[in-house]
Amino acid sequence: MENVSYLEYKGKHKGLLGWILSTDHKRIAILYLVSLIVFFLVAMTFGFLMRFEMLSPGRTIMDPQTYNALFTLHGVIMIFLFIIPGIPAVFGNFFLPIMLGAKDVSFPRLNLLSWYFYIFGAFLVLVSLFVGGGPIDTGWTFYVPYSLRTQTNVSLAVFAAFVLGFSSILTGLNFIVTIHRMRCPGMGWFKMPLFSWGLYSTAWIQVLATPIIGITLLLIILERFFGIGIFDPALGGDPLLYQHLFWIYSHPAVYIMILPAMGLVSEIIPTFAKKDIFGYGPIAMSSLAIAFLGYLVWGHHMFSSGISDTSRAIFSFLTFVVAIPTGVKVFNWVATLYKASIDARAPFWFVVAFIIIFSIGGLTGLVLGSLNTDIHLTDTYFVVAHFHYVMFGGMGLLFFGGLHYWFPKMFGKTYNEKVAKFGTLIFVIGFNGLYFTMFIMGYLGMPRRYYDYLPEYEIYHIIATVGSWIMIAGILIIVINLFKALLSKDRKTTEMNPWGGTTLEWTVPSPPPLENFDVIPTVTHGPYYRPNLIKSEKSH
Amino acid sequence: MSNEAVAHVHRDDEGSKMGMWLFLFTELLLFGGMFILYASYRFMYPDAFKVAAMQLDTLIGAVNTILLLTSSLSVVIAIIALRKNQKTFSIYMLMFTVVAGGAFLVNKYFEWSAKFHHGIYPKGPAMADMSDGENVFFGLYYVMTGLHALHIVVGLVFILFMVYFIIKDKQTADNNQKLENAGLYWHLVDIIWIFLFPLFYLIH
Amino acid sequence: MSDNHSNAHHEHLGYGLYILVWAGLVGLTTITVALAGFNLASLTIVVAMAIAVVKSLLVTNYFMHVKTDSGVFKIFIFVCLAIFLTMIVLTFFDLTYRFPLK
Repeated sequence: MENVSYLEYKGKHKGLLGWILSTDHKRIAILYLVSLIVFFLVAMTFGFLMRFEMLSPGRTIMDPQTYNALFTLHGVIMIFLFIIPGIPAVFGNFFLPIMLGAKDVSFPRLNLLSWYFYIFGAFLVLVSLFVGGGPIDTGWTFYVPYSLRTQTNVSLAVFAAFVLGFSSILTGLNFIVTIHRMRCPGMGWFKMPLFSWGLYSTAWIQVLATPIIGITLLLIILERFFGIGIFDPALGGDPLLYQHLFWIYSHPAVYIMILPAMGLVSEIIPTFAKKDIFGYGPIAMSSLAIAFLGYLVWGHHMFSSGISDTSRAIFSFLTFVVAIPTGVKVFNWVATLYKASIDARAPFWFVVAFIIIFSIGGLTGLVLGSLNTDIHLTDTYFVVAHFHYVMFGGMGLLFFGGLHYWFPKMFGKTYNEKVAKFGTLIFVIGFNGLYFTMFIMGYLGMPRRYYDYLPEYEIYHIIATVGSWIMIAGILIIVINLFKALLSKDRKTTEMNPWGGTTLEWTVPSPPPLENFDVIPTVTHGPYYRPNLIKSEKSH
Repeated sequence: MSNEAVAHVHRDDEGSKMGMWLFLFTELLLFGGMFILYASYRFMYPDAFKVAAMQLDTLIGAVNTILLLTSSLSVVIAIIALRKNQKTFSIYMLMFTVVAGGAFLVNKYFEWSAKFHHGIYPKGPAMADMSDGENVFFGLYYVMTGLHALHIVVGLVFILFMVYFIIKDKQTADNNQKLENAGLYWHLVDIIWIFLFPLFYLIH
Repeated sequence: MSDNHSNAHHEHLGYGLYILVWAGLVGLTTITVALAGFNLASLTIVVAMAIAVVKSLLVTNYFMHVKTDSGVFKIFIFVCLAIFLTMIVLTFFDLTYRFPLK
């Protein structure tokens, strides 16, 4: 059995072809990783430009049409090209089979097809920037009737999102079957790592919710081309039904974003707490609960749109309910840290930042979920702050955290931890400077997606923009640090288990060989079991 | 291990079937979104829907329903036949399915042509005289039956591929999960029509 | 993990059952067309959908073999339908109460 790593083996195809034609889940993960980081940096740049424009009221560096296009694209790229594929496409693809003790996913060729759909969708987004009526300006939510009327390139952008949906669906499908069928001997459902539970719950949302946005986006295209009249109020349609269908997907979509991230937290904490996770069962079940309950709350995006009072009350109630399983996770994580001997390495810093930032985001979600307060805060910067806290501070932080956690395993290289921690600190400071200010601004009435504003908000915009510069500096420190480590010749490592983790990926070489395992392992205990360290021990 | 970069796994028929079922769910929900719209608009425009539905020919709809139901039977028979190693009979049954599906599409073509002839199509001349609810009805009619017809085409292509595989012995008495999967897809297309038919043709 | 013998579930390699199911489907289609001729007022949609559901159950359980397959498929279908149903129900909480003067 060859021990050549997946990075170096020479198969049927050479060079670049060996990567873009590979059905090896690890290579596909890297393909996604490169794509995702590129698109993240592009959308981050759009965000930088937006914040620059907002430094002063009126025109600063661009006209209103450009600003509208920028915030639309920032949203479309971040959501559809970064966050949603995010952790499943990169870390799920790379590590799910290994953590299950398998050699690959159930459908390797379908996996590659997922990536092709992703790249094709990304290409279409790119094209939509330049052809026809120019970049789309509807906001990433494509609300009708404006999206039916605007002369900008709605159809192409929306079709791109449709194509990206296929990528998401196929990944979810692949993971569900892989988890059902490819667990190694001895690994019952409750001996599976919690990251797998996160991916499993996510996959069900990917499979069942994405088609709804698929058909909705298709209908926009058909309405624009054929004037069908399903959403167009001038032809008898109901714009609220568009919003219903849109959010029936897009709310569960946020759980696609966060569940894998939470799964990652459940991996990182036991490793650095040197302790078995507290409450494995409840954490696993809470992933399923969140996935299911997430389908029931979409109306909270429509509180001021004109839906019935009865449904608003119901959706508000359900929104509170979905916070409960999330709370279960946070409590269990904190309980795991209690009386643990914590090894606060770089990945752990990301997790701590996540727990604090995500909790703030989640609690402000409850403020928005309650009808009376939402009336004042909806469509203000409060909402913008809320979702950046949970999405960026949530998934974003864990994306980079996961990268720091699994970097030595994926690339056989170590990185400068001091710089990584420093970058994280700068990032957190800038992040809060940028987004906490937005909570205040929103509370004071600053509307979202507005190009211009009254002078009384200017000071907050200035603080936020400066915060964005600090945050971006932090991101660049982090990314460049990892990039240097990747290219460096002196940072090679073959250490199989640098952090002292207990799951199966730490038993294979760094980087792993093509088929992951020489011999499929058999497991006999839970994924975080540590034979030498007893839970209640304080000293070491 | 110098050749394909595919990890070496045994054939997993159960996993393959699971994958197809999951894909069927995505199709179900794709149409599901349209069914939600249909239900909502029928609730909003109950009378207009009744009026508009009178323009549809119940006989053609019923014939199409029988065609699809029978083609579902022929697929099931084709699978059993292949498992009994009756290759030729299996292929005949699959070709019957293709013919029945094709007949469905021909019927659909005549139905739609008749409507176009009367100006009943999006932005067509007859639509201006119709109420909002009737407009929406026909919008839904064209999208849903059109999308369904597209899926029939996909299903027929799928089945023709299976015919090819059987001829080439890539699907055999002991190895026929792909054929079963194609059958599953076809049955789903049938089920969707089972719901479309009463919703569009039988509102009296 | 390798499962080359899922076909073993189908001990009855006979056509009879399926032809019977087909006859039932055709019968139900006839009934639903005939019933459309009667004025059932608000029951129209309920009856039509009930018949459609029965037809779908026949196709699913027998033609698609869900009845004899492993239980995991029944669970999958149940989850899918449950989620789809919640989408309709919650949407209708808006619609039914949005137009109070209907």
